[in-house]
Amino acid sequence: MEIFLQQLVNGISWGSVYALIAIGYTMVYGVLKLINFAHGDVYMIGAMTGYYVALTLGVTESHPLWHLGVVILGAMVVCALLGVAIEKIAYKPLRKAPRITALITAIGVSFFLEYAGQLIFGADPKFFPQLIESRPLFHIGDVAITTIPAIIVVVSLILMGILRHIVMHTNVGRAMRAVAFSPDAAQMVGVPVDRIISITFIIGSALAGAAGVLVGLNTPKIDPLMGIMAGLKAFVAAVIGGIGNVPGALIGGFFIGISESMVSGYLSSTYRDAFSFLLLIIILLVRPEGLLGKRSVEKV
Amino acid sequence: MTLLSIRNLHVHYGAIHAIKGISLDVNEGEIVTLIGSNGAGKTTLLRTISGLLRPSQGTIEYNDDGLKPLHRMKSHEIVRCGVVQSPEGRMIFNTLTVEENLLLGAYSQKDAAKIQESREMVFTLFPRLKERRRQVGGTLSGGEQQMLAIGRALMARPKLLLLDEPSLGIAPALVQQIFTTLRQINKRGVTILLVEQDAYLALETANRGYVLETGKIVNEGAAKELIANPAVQQAYLGMA
Repeated sequence: MEIFLQQLVNGISWGSVYALIAIGYTMVYGVLKLINFAHGDVYMIGAMTGYYVALTLGVTESHPLWHLGVVILGAMVVCALLGVAIEKIAYKPLRKAPRITALITAIGVSFFLEYAGQLIFGADPKFFPQLIESRPLFHIGDVAITTIPAIIVVVSLILMGILRHIVMHTNVGRAMRAVAFSPDAAQMVGVPVDRIISITFIIGSALAGAAGVLVGLNTPKIDPLMGIMAGLKAFVAAVIGGIGNVPGALIGGFFIGISESMVSGYLSSTYRDAFSFLLLIIILLVRPEGLLGKRSVEKV
Repeated sequence: MTLLSIRNLHVHYGAIHAIKGISLDVNEGEIVTLIGSNGAGKTTLLRTISGLLRPSQGTIEYNDDGLKPLHRMKSHEIVRCGVVQSPEGRMIFNTLTVEENLLLGAYSQKDAAKIQESREMVFTLFPRLKERRRQVGGTLSGGEQQMLAIGRALMARPKLLLLDEPSLGIAPALVQQIFTTLRQINKRGVTILLVEQDAYLALETANRGYVLETGKIVNEGAAKELIANPAVQQAYLGMA
């Protein structure tokens, strides 16, 4: 029972990070029908930015909470700018090209960020400064809930709440849903589709940036290739939830996070990654539209 | 006054030359209709006016508050000028509510009081939409979706409304009701360019008409004259 609770806590905190990244995959897929394979690397840039912002602030003994706020905001801003730059430079010229062209370009952008990252930051891992002092907050049974997972979950939930408000209750959010449904119809009612696509990249990338910092809190070893596996897992989460569906990405994220921790806890962490991809294969066989996705009928 | 003036317009779809040198005018306050068989280029013409397609040659000028070259402008800028389309097949946002569909129609509008006023106007014209305002678009009947498509276009406060096939796939009783409403909308000062497969209904509703065949205008004139024209009768009105 103790192992179960402990792994559940771990799983929820990893799950919220996967969910934050998965939202970006799913939102971009929604408006562009593109799997933005560079998205995991944007998350890496988020972690790196967080590292440098934290160094600039100078980590002190007292760990004031606003430091964390500044680090997260800094990562979000840099990633938002990076996301919109990727969209404008790499994807926008291909708006009318076949989808496979854009997909291959996304893989190219991903490699570019990984190797540019190694060039700029160095290939050696860096150690994310300890922004939050790890201490127990409260106990559930024998399991101590510590500050770091608690902060990861709380920050993620706040960001998800803001996102939900934007998507469901603002003009921009309505326009995103309209573009996701039909770019042509959105254009005809006067929605500036290009701008809405840029805003989608801004939001998705900012969330990935925040996820990068949150991961740095939990597993301080960061390196320029850290986005590959995390990005793939988040992509799996988005597919499991139903790609294009935002609540689906959240469910998929938590699902992957929790199941991975359980595998690590009860089997071995060696099988952790394999298990996520096994889940992907099962979902694709049994319910290819994902848990919350709608079955789309290809019209001939 | 001429509100919309199209000169020598050519549009290509890849290798297909869909519109081959069309010139037409729409005057302020009119209902003008484009009739023609499938593939004549009617929808292509409306999509080009709305900025979804770029002409390969020719001009589309809109004269309201100065002359605006629509053929060089983007879709959302064209909507902001007051040229708004209710598209073929209605293109309702199925997953959004009626209310949200209408609010999207008002995307180009910034003044909340005016948006509220347009919404009331749409609900007066189509009381059915008010009843269904919390339903998602996908659950509406074809006729209700058509009302929503027109209502959504009206939310942008158009001066020129482009209507593509408003009778398509709709119960005949509703078609009459929708066309009665279109005349009311026109009386409120909205100029209408109407593409309609039911040529008789279209010519009865419109002041003037153009007949399109394979991307060219082959006949034009007052709607009454076109109805009486033997060639039009034979080709489009099912009369021998």
